[in-house]
Amino acid sequence: MDSYGFRQVVRMEWIKQRSLRSVWWVLAGGMAATVALGVVAGYNTRNAGGDPTSNVLAGVALGQVITGVLGVLAMTSEYSSGLIRMTFAAVPRRPLVLAAKAFVFGSVCLVAGEIATFASFLGGIAALRSTVPHPSLADGTVLRAVVMAGVYLALTGLIGLGVGTILRHGAAAAGVLVGGLYVLPVIFGAASHKVGLFMPIMIAGNSLAAVKPVAGFTWSPWLELGIVAVYPLVLLAAGGWLLVRRDA
Amino acid sequence: MISARGLTKRYGDTVAVDDLTFDIHPGTVTGFLGPNGSGKSTTMRLLLGLDAPTRGSALIGGAPYQALRWPLRSVGAVLEARSFHPGRTARTHLLALAAATDVPPRRVDEVLSLVGLADAGSRRAGTFSLGMAQRLSLASALIGDPGVLLLDEPVNGLDPAGVRWIRDLIRSLAVAGRTVFVSSHLISEMALTADRVLVIGGGRLLADTTVADLAARGGGSLEDAFLTLTEGIG
Repeated sequence: MDSYGFRQVVRMEWIKQRSLRSVWWVLAGGMAATVALGVVAGYNTRNAGGDPTSNVLAGVALGQVITGVLGVLAMTSEYSSGLIRMTFAAVPRRPLVLAAKAFVFGSVCLVAGEIATFASFLGGIAALRSTVPHPSLADGTVLRAVVMAGVYLALTGLIGLGVGTILRHGAAAAGVLVGGLYVLPVIFGAASHKVGLFMPIMIAGNSLAAVKPVAGFTWSPWLELGIVAVYPLVLLAAGGWLLVRRDA
Repeated sequence: MISARGLTKRYGDTVAVDDLTFDIHPGTVTGFLGPNGSGKSTTMRLLLGLDAPTRGSALIGGAPYQALRWPLRSVGAVLEARSFHPGRTARTHLLALAAATDVPPRRVDEVLSLVGLADAGSRRAGTFSLGMAQRLSLASALIGDPGVLLLDEPVNGLDPAGVRWIRDLIRSLAVAGRTVFVSSHLISEMALTADRVLVIGGGRLLADTTVADLAARGGGSLEDAFLTLTEGIG
């Protein structure tokens, strides 16, 4: 090879990703809490006409902040430690660093997210009362909801990475992330469902993880997943643009 | 070979580096002397492409840093501040850089031995003393066996044995034909290490000469020559 490329940078980012024990503990703990919430939600489901699948995936509302904040830290910890200078000395094509980080971290979150949502489903359904109908993964719609909820956790991880890249300071970026995910929907979403159709946290609960239609959420879950995916795409593109233009 | 042509960097209203033009040649140790805040670190960052110049250019072997095909095989840098994550071991930090540079993992053990950290490779870098951190930075710089070395205050935090050790290492790197550019505010150290010297003050180049010539200007004292040059300049 006559020059470094995506392959080398992905290997660098994978070594960085796997070598921080604290990241794995937080991720494992966060996903365990996601599953625990799902089991509790399953046990508390009493409405026989409700949507138990959606209920047992409720832990995603917590899991998203874990993957999101880890996404923030994946970039901001490089700035706070000074490692970013070494990273950019090794790979001066900075958008390549961001692309490799997104690939590695996004893959880790996707695997963790799917494990968490499948475990939430299996645990949550096992905890359901006998009076409530038990959904099955053999039902394509149920399987879609579980898979999409896991994908959602990976996408919020990438949203965090994008916000972290733009803001560079961990606390500021985590604040903006949590505010954006949880507070904005309270301000807008409660007032109008039309806005909720574009808000990740509303989409996750009312469309991606839902098996039964929710009033106001008439769009296909695939379209809604695409809308959620626009957030990391735009944020990472903006972050990559800023990386090139700002001094490291 | 390192070249700067009219290299200028402003941060807001502050001119950190002002119209620097110089060449640094292989096979010699070139010292970069200046008071604190004179623009040494900024110049290093400009050479590494970490900061973009406001005007002028910084070239490594005739090309801007961004154009290097395997940057760490061409240039190794020790920056003034720490540049590793405290939670990673010295070895994983170096393995990550080795991966980006496509050098084999055994090179990691080579550079760890070279800088005297062979027994500390599996310790987390956050537990390192300042001197050990400096050695890890040097290991990072040497990972790709580069022909150009940019060392910003490399003796910071080293004990006397460490200072002697790094001086000998710097000399041997230059004798082997590398281009070595070492910044310091310690004049006596530069007198022992460098062949040539650039003096910078207030972001401007004040002298570009041999150590012997500069010392002669100070009546035999490099320190006197330096203080005369930089008198009244930040």
